[in-house]
Amino acid sequence: MRSAKKTNALRLLLSVALCVTAQATWAFCGFYVSSAPTKLFNHASQVVLAHQGKRTVITMANDFKGDVKDFALVIPVPTRLQREQIHVAERKLIDHLDAYTAPRLVQYFDEDPCGVRMEYDAMKPTAPAMRASSDAVMERRAKSLGVTIEAKYTVGEYDILILSAKQSDGLITWLQNSGYRIPKGAAEVVGSYLKQGMRFFVAKVNLETQSRALSNVGYQQLRPLQIAYEHSRFMLPIRLGTVNANGPQELFVYGLTSTGRLETTNYRTMRLPSDVNVPEFVQPQFAQFYRAMFGRQTQINDGRVVFTEYAWDMNSCDPCAAEPMSNDELRELGVSWLDAPQIRAQPYGARYIAPPPMASGVFVTRLHVRYDGVHFPEDLMFRETGDTQNFQGRYVMQHAYQGLANCPAAEQYFAEVLPQRQAQEVATLAELTGWDETKLLAKLPGRNALRGANAPRNPPTREDKTSNAAWWRQLWK
Amino acid sequence: MVGADAKRIWHRLRAIDPRWLQIAVLTALICYAGFYLSQRITPINGAFAIGGALFAEWLGSRFSRRAFDPRSALITGLSLTLLLRTSMPSLMLAASLGAIAAKYSLRLNGKQVFNPSNIAIVAMTLLTPYAWISTGQWGQTALLVAWIGGLGMLVCARATRLDLALTFSIAWGAALLLRGAWLGDPAAIALHQLQDGTLLIFSFFMLTDPRATPDHRSARIAFAVAVCGVAYYLRFFQYQPDALIRALAVVSVATPLLDRWRHAARFQWRGVAAAVASQPRVMPVNAALIREQSVSV
Repeated sequence: MRSAKKTNALRLLLSVALCVTAQATWAFCGFYVSSAPTKLFNHASQVVLAHQGKRTVITMANDFKGDVKDFALVIPVPTRLQREQIHVAERKLIDHLDAYTAPRLVQYFDEDPCGVRMEYDAMKPTAPAMRASSDAVMERRAKSLGVTIEAKYTVGEYDILILSAKQSDGLITWLQNSGYRIPKGAAEVVGSYLKQGMRFFVAKVNLETQSRALSNVGYQQLRPLQIAYEHSRFMLPIRLGTVNANGPQELFVYGLTSTGRLETTNYRTMRLPSDVNVPEFVQPQFAQFYRAMFGRQTQINDGRVVFTEYAWDMNSCDPCAAEPMSNDELRELGVSWLDAPQIRAQPYGARYIAPPPMASGVFVTRLHVRYDGVHFPEDLMFRETGDTQNFQGRYVMQHAYQGLANCPAAEQYFAEVLPQRQAQEVATLAELTGWDETKLLAKLPGRNALRGANAPRNPPTREDKTSNAAWWRQLWK
Repeated sequence: MVGADAKRIWHRLRAIDPRWLQIAVLTALICYAGFYLSQRITPINGAFAIGGALFAEWLGSRFSRRAFDPRSALITGLSLTLLLRTSMPSLMLAASLGAIAAKYSLRLNGKQVFNPSNIAIVAMTLLTPYAWISTGQWGQTALLVAWIGGLGMLVCARATRLDLALTFSIAWGAALLLRGAWLGDPAAIALHQLQDGTLLIFSFFMLTDPRATPDHRSARIAFAVAVCGVAYYLRFFQYQPDALIRALAVVSVATPLLDRWRHAARFQWRGVAAAVASQPRVMPVNAALIREQSVSV
């Protein structure tokens, strides 16, 4: 009972720490434009890519915090989208996937040096790691500028237009005339996409629907937009996002694929350092540690790397940082092959837990990239690999033994083994994060403190291990 | 004094069979990619690729009653290790056996049609989603570009295929820069695309196989431009990330036609400076040359 309380308290602490530190500048793969003069900042961009063959479902979430009437989203899409190919998802889906794939801090407890026993506990940073005129007039005006409104839909609380244009200038002018604030320098990028035959997906919040939904459902945040299409172009446009960027931006890409890990084909994809022992004092500041480590690793790789933070078959997780995603949730996120016969063997067996109800035939990859126009001049191009090797960002905290121990082995443990290990942990921490090693060493408890009050303490118990043409119709019934 | 030393070293380098140079460069690249860049090159995959290629080569030499020469098979095995990725070592074994089998079986007028590792990679990536190519995993470092480029040029010069590598590099570079200019993109995008390690390895080590490319210089230039054109189509119209490697396989089919269009003496490895390029010349026929006739990169 006592240990359970302690674990809960620790979790709460971790969650709070993560929320407090989630303040970086984030942006989206498209750009936000404002009809009001207030300067908008983009924050966390989270994108789920469910991909199989030529089928892609993109779910785009953001943490837009301004007035919803100022919100507008412009992103290039490779094909014309029908009404049924656009959907609005619930925010909790992405939050769940985020929690499920987040880097985790696990803790172990040293055994009594005079005996033999070990306990295990898994901590999950469950909080998201970083959040980081009339129709006729409109169409006439569009036509005069060489802009074609290919489609016009209202989906959920969004008004959506699919636009194509002959010239970027015409499209920019039309958007500006229609009340969108287009950032300087966007014209060149828009022109490039138009020449590549792409359309523009423009979404604005329909204030009427939004206020009705707000009173009925009570959601405050803008819900993620989803688009489903069939095209061999497997990419994520980030160039527009760098146009109105205020410094580097952060993007999380969650890949849901059928054969294996997702990687970028035009930027290096590498694993974030993992499975390292860190000092105990990292526990209350796990979020800061993660942020500092990510920043440091990005920096030492010249800012040109996409990091893999999680890559795992959805059949299992060890430890599970959150409840596994259900089939319904995955289908909602665009996994259209769940009902198809399984085409892949389950990799790696016995060691992993397989708590029900888990999806099979789905491999999840979490990519994290900090990008700007200088280091990431080109859009992110992806490839679904056949690599099913599991990987997770996992950091280990080994607690010192704090019980009664009076034997020669205990003397050696407290005098040599423990201090050496802790010094090594501090060195690792300093190397990973770039933090000052001297200051970190000062945080270590002295030898007497290590021995602690001789009051015996029960170690916490183990816890929490726990080509149909309109195929998109099946997803959001 | 220093000049004389440098000259001596240069002469010694020139005397080395380019295949040994290529083996050295590929091995260094594998070590760099595996240890420094942490690319997923597993020892077992490497062992299967190299072991499979050597075994198949040994079998081939037995059946064709020729002396066993491991150099070309080693290059094929190393190329597969470097470029092909799979989580199933059995696929790597299949690729290496298939590569050498293709070298011995897919021949026209006694000349192999495809570069063995090229056709094996294309076949594996088309046949199964569990084999893929590691494009983009080299980072964009100027130093790497300089090293691969420099060493690649040395190998190509020794194999008399520098014209092919340079024509392709210039054509591909021009195509990307012109496309960027047409789209109104900043030059940084085209330069980013050109700094890819896979592109360089392809240009200097796979495209330039002297045994699977046209013998006449004009035909080689046409070959390089055709690879560039097909790769452009696959990359920017079909959105295939493996465009270059697939384009080479497609264009290789036309090699016999190009050889007929512009005829020249066939390239044969001779160990030392076998410069048989566009101008045919009298070759000393000896036992060693005959033994090595079937060897290819």
